[in-house]
Amino acid sequence: MSADILALLIKATGQTLYMVAVAGLIGSLFGIPLGVFLATSERGELFPAPSVNKVLGLIVNATRSTPFIILVVAIIPFTRAVAGTSIGTTAAIVPLTIATIPFVARLVETAIREVDPGLTEAARAMGASPMQIVFKVLLAEARPGIASALTLTIVSLIGYAAMVGAIGGGGLGDLGIRYGYQRFMPDVMAIVVLVLIILVQLVQSAGDRLARQFDKRNRPK
Amino acid sequence: MNMAVVKTLAESRTESRPAAGKTIPMVEFQDVSKRFGAGTGGAEVVALDEVGLVVPRGSVTGIIGRSGAGKSTLIRLVNGLEKPTSGKVLVDGTDVAGLDEKSLRSVRRSIGMIFQHFNLLSSRTAFDNIALPLEIAGVDKATIEKRVTPLLELVGLSDKRNRYPSELSGGQKQRIGIARALATEPKLLLSDEATSALDPETTRSILALLQKINRDLGLTVLLITHEMEVIKTIADHVAVIDGGRIVEQGPTFDVFTAHKHETTRALLGGLSGMHLPEFLTTRMTKNPVAGSRTILRVVFKGENATEPMLARLGSDLGIEVNIMAGAVDEIAGRPFGMLVVSLLAEAEKVDRARGFLADHGLSSEVLGYVR
Repeated sequence: MSADILALLIKATGQTLYMVAVAGLIGSLFGIPLGVFLATSERGELFPAPSVNKVLGLIVNATRSTPFIILVVAIIPFTRAVAGTSIGTTAAIVPLTIATIPFVARLVETAIREVDPGLTEAARAMGASPMQIVFKVLLAEARPGIASALTLTIVSLIGYAAMVGAIGGGGLGDLGIRYGYQRFMPDVMAIVVLVLIILVQLVQSAGDRLARQFDKRNRPK
Repeated sequence: MNMAVVKTLAESRTESRPAAGKTIPMVEFQDVSKRFGAGTGGAEVVALDEVGLVVPRGSVTGIIGRSGAGKSTLIRLVNGLEKPTSGKVLVDGTDVAGLDEKSLRSVRRSIGMIFQHFNLLSSRTAFDNIALPLEIAGVDKATIEKRVTPLLELVGLSDKRNRYPSELSGGQKQRIGIARALATEPKLLLSDEATSALDPETTRSILALLQKINRDLGLTVLLITHEMEVIKTIADHVAVIDGGRIVEQGPTFDVFTAHKHETTRALLGGLSGMHLPEFLTTRMTKNPVAGSRTILRVVFKGENATEPMLARLGSDLGIEVNIMAGAVDEIAGRPFGMLVVSLLAEAEKVDRARGFLADHGLSSEVLGYVR
């Protein structure tokens, strides 16, 4: 492999990591609270607002059912408004984030809903406010589930980030398509796939370790 | 368990208790009804129907009923986890049904609650679980440490301080639950089927702990259960609930030894001596026939259990008495005996015998006739 290709590979890996990190961070920042709200806003729950819940649920579903590559193209005007341009790695972060928010929200909602309702009741009986219940009970108890959810999100983001080559986002996927496929360089393709596999493996095992560490439910007596 | 700990906890509590409060009951239900599904167009379910109930200050009051009788709803009205459809729920004189969420939260901090499935946070150690209500109340770290340590000692789990709930047995989890409920130094402890998920031996030790807390800390305990054993062991007052209505209430000994309602009788079935031997039930008839013997259940309560009343039926009234079955049990710490006897005598003499027993404080009941 030539030095040129190696430089391209390092640059592409950097771009992928950059996009995944920023989109993952901003996506979680919005996605986690949205997930908590979705899990606590039905009738009779902590923040009862059934109609808002329904509307947000619809938006989340709509975003999640739009194929990512179509979402990227469809929101180009919005991307330009936010990032100042619709082309390049930074611009690519906008659709990545937009796709991440509902993804995180649904997974976090599931993790929160798995917390035993008896714990919420016990906290209410202690005189806890709804916000105290969210922070001291729901988020604390759902930590293993949320760690798994974020791991899955990052793994999916690594996959999504491969598609943003379409708007000049760069990254490993773009390298694989343009060099490996279009220029018939199977060795580049192989190495791109290998790097992606290693990245996903690293993220997955780190996430699993974190989830295990948070999970105190099945400790030996 | 450490007596010195109990003493300090008891002292800190006595100071905060108002002296004039002695006369108002700790909890009082006034014509409380609760209907679910009202106004939503679906089928309406009446969970509680015009309930009147008094929980005396300093008592252990038990509410017993079958599942679905309305017990859970009833206990949740006390700390406002449920709101009544109508009526008043007075806790230490305050109607909790009329409070907004914010005032309700401060009332809840003066009421501890324990649960059938313990409801401990799996992500917190024993210590941190007990500390939770204090954190919620905004108590500082140093005070939390000072409060939680003696509570661990009180429930006998000082060595489990840094263990997670999954590392504890059911009984230990409930002890942590009790310590957690006591953390904010409540005046009332609500127990929601606290021993129903425990084995009989663990149940006894948890009941003994509750009794000790009631006696030593002067804490009023309101518990719901479907287990007669629980009521019999620690409740000094009892209310029997059925179909959303309180059908009987009063001091446990009185209610159980002179029960009037069918539900109470059914629940008492588990008590020793309440089951008739099969050889009797299969042969017994409702009405007397010529030459039949009258089957009588005689109830002995506490003090008068010792006098040889049955012997005197023979010697004084000339009635032949046969003992068919019997048992002695203990309710609320008092002995309670039951004998099933058969009398060979005509109806008029049986009435005289029952009158004689009644004169000496023994109640009796005709169960049937056997030839």
